[in-house]
Amino acid sequence: MAFRLFAAPSPHIHGGESTRRIMGDVVLALLPALAVSTYVLGWRVLLTTAVAVLACVLFEYLIQRFLFKRGTTIGDLSAVVTGVLLAFNLPVGIPWWIVVIGALVAIGIGKMTFGGLGCNPFNPALTGRIFLLIAYPVQMTDWTTNVPDALSGSTLLAEVKAGVSGVADINLVEMLYGQMNGSLGEIGSLALILGGLYLLVRRVITWHIPVAVLGTMALFALCVALGDGGAMLYKLPLFHILAGGALLGAIFMATDYSTSPMTHKGMIIYGVGIGLLTMIIRLWGAYPEGMSFAIFIMNAATPLINKYCRPKRFGVK
Amino acid sequence: MRTFPIGGIHPSDNKKWSKDKAIEVMALPDEVAIPMIQHIGAPATPIVAKGDKVLTGQIIAQATGFVSANIHSPISGVVKAIDEFANGEGLYRQMIVIKREGDEWVESIDRSTELKRECKLSPADIISKIKDAGIVGMGGATFPTHVKLTVPDGQKAEILIINGVECEPYLTSDYRTMLERGEELLTGVEILMRALNVERAVIGVENNKPDAVAHLNDLIAKGNYRGIEVMALKTRYPQGGEKQLIAAVTGRQVPPPPALPISVGAVVCNASTSVAVYEAVQKNKPLIERVVTITGKQLKDTHNFLLRFGTPIKSVLDAAGGLPEGDVKVLNGGPMMGRSVVNLDAPVMKGCSGITVLSGCEASRGKELACIKCAKCVSACPMGLEPYLISKLSLRQLWDRAEEHKIMECIECGCCSYTCPSNLPLLDYIRIGKQTVMGNIRARAMKK
Repeated sequence: MAFRLFAAPSPHIHGGESTRRIMGDVVLALLPALAVSTYVLGWRVLLTTAVAVLACVLFEYLIQRFLFKRGTTIGDLSAVVTGVLLAFNLPVGIPWWIVVIGALVAIGIGKMTFGGLGCNPFNPALTGRIFLLIAYPVQMTDWTTNVPDALSGSTLLAEVKAGVSGVADINLVEMLYGQMNGSLGEIGSLALILGGLYLLVRRVITWHIPVAVLGTMALFALCVALGDGGAMLYKLPLFHILAGGALLGAIFMATDYSTSPMTHKGMIIYGVGIGLLTMIIRLWGAYPEGMSFAIFIMNAATPLINKYCRPKRFGVK
Repeated sequence: MRTFPIGGIHPSDNKKWSKDKAIEVMALPDEVAIPMIQHIGAPATPIVAKGDKVLTGQIIAQATGFVSANIHSPISGVVKAIDEFANGEGLYRQMIVIKREGDEWVESIDRSTELKRECKLSPADIISKIKDAGIVGMGGATFPTHVKLTVPDGQKAEILIINGVECEPYLTSDYRTMLERGEELLTGVEILMRALNVERAVIGVENNKPDAVAHLNDLIAKGNYRGIEVMALKTRYPQGGEKQLIAAVTGRQVPPPPALPISVGAVVCNASTSVAVYEAVQKNKPLIERVVTITGKQLKDTHNFLLRFGTPIKSVLDAAGGLPEGDVKVLNGGPMMGRSVVNLDAPVMKGCSGITVLSGCEASRGKELACIKCAKCVSACPMGLEPYLISKLSLRQLWDRAEEHKIMECIECGCCSYTCPSNLPLLDYIRIGKQTVMGNIRARAMKK
């Protein structure tokens, strides 16, 4: 007989979705922001990103190969995503060896200690960033190196917080195009939104988390503006959405699968929590930016949210 | 356009391979093997012995108890053996083997093709004729139709829903039946409405079959079929699931088990079943043949055959030009819920709406990777369950927790495995869990 019969239980076909395709889409969605960043901040952006990506992939490979002694999964591209996101969370002038340490913490502690992809309770890139922020506070908040003359040596959020400049004087359109200082990946607001739309179209993410995060922040800012006499009803909410890591966090970091809730209802609760915490830290905390801490804290709440936000079962009112 | 409320997927329908092939009568097999279990419930009990002569349409095995079905000889000839033989899945089941001699039918069966619309029988008589004819749900679930039509005391049927959805990719037997045997189908619906004493019937058809919708609407208008309407539904798998179809058509959700569809006033019958009901009640013809699609991208020929039960799967494949070279998967049914056939000598049975042949690459499973908690399976589950969770609980043999998370409500549609980017065989584990949990539930009931 010329045929070989084989058997398996149903379903016998697969939709063709793969982890690699999903991660590839995320990388693709991050490229416009990388391009804007390179254009505004210079070639060093590419170098830092390359170092972060290479270090993340290498550490994942080494840990799986020599510590776990198992097959490696670097082909799923998740380490590449972690690398790009880590770089996006760093100032452009950061020394390369700090990037490598960040990658080691992100992959080694953030991901591999828990068993690898899908098992980590905290976003690996954020784990790396927060570690660096605490370990190297000077380098991590040094916005002056390699910054073009057009930009000031400080982030807008820091300036506003220190009272150096007022939100009223800030040009929102320039913020949209990336004419502001900040971490590598957070300055190209329009490019980040574009990437987010791509992920929505490709069904990699759903709207729930980004909309909940940004909506909560906007609403919070609106209330603050109202309390201040209502002078900046439009400007303050928009400023908070465009400034700092709000867009990068809401679209790319908070939506990380394994650290965010499984149901739409849970995603909304999680997103609202991130929005609230971010605004509280921004307005009353010690740091000018609160996105990463907010996501980190809500990552910790995710198992609890999952426990109480079950999907609506068929036939149950 | 209406559809069911939760979950679902959109696999490519692949109906084009066989949808334009008119129903052909397949050559009679020389020998048939008739399994005593072709339905949900107790196996039928043989009432013929080796050496007996039987006619086409003659009863050869009787239903054992209420939830069971009669079985009739699909050909005329001599009983050659009554013994256990391997079915399509390789499991040994009692079968009656009949060697064919001509094709001599039982006299009471009306073999004319003339439409006989008038039916004055009482509901009880209709149900009794359906029971005698051994009719079971022909969509694949094979639940005895007379049991479905017997509404429990205190409950009332309000609507009859005819399942013409055929949401399984590839299969086109219901589609061809709707196009070519529309009047018999509609008369069958009238008879079923009479049996259930309902005023309204809805034929649910997915909108990837617009010609079937138009054709049935046309026949309804021309033939003045009262109370019957055709509803085009938005194409989405698993719309043909009983609960999904009821929700799509009526907006009502059947509560979790033990509640039955009748609890929301609905009774669902498959479109081909309706034709069988017509033939049984108006023509005295028992269920001995059906339309079976033989399809696959690699087949030389695809067909929609009207064939007698007991025809070996192998001869159906031969009629389609034989199996292609290389790795192949032969399915009894479609690619989402069909069962792998390992024994090609096995017979076609009452629940077989199609035989689908998939190539090795089409049906291959990807390498299993770690769950990334993407929640795609949660979004796809039409029952609102958490497949990643109950699958993992089964894998870890945490049966009680799997039960808490409603593993028994799974309808095994396969949407979770289909959608998983990590290629996890979620449904495989869930099935194992369901079997064990079912056993636990039964054991608890015994203790009480």
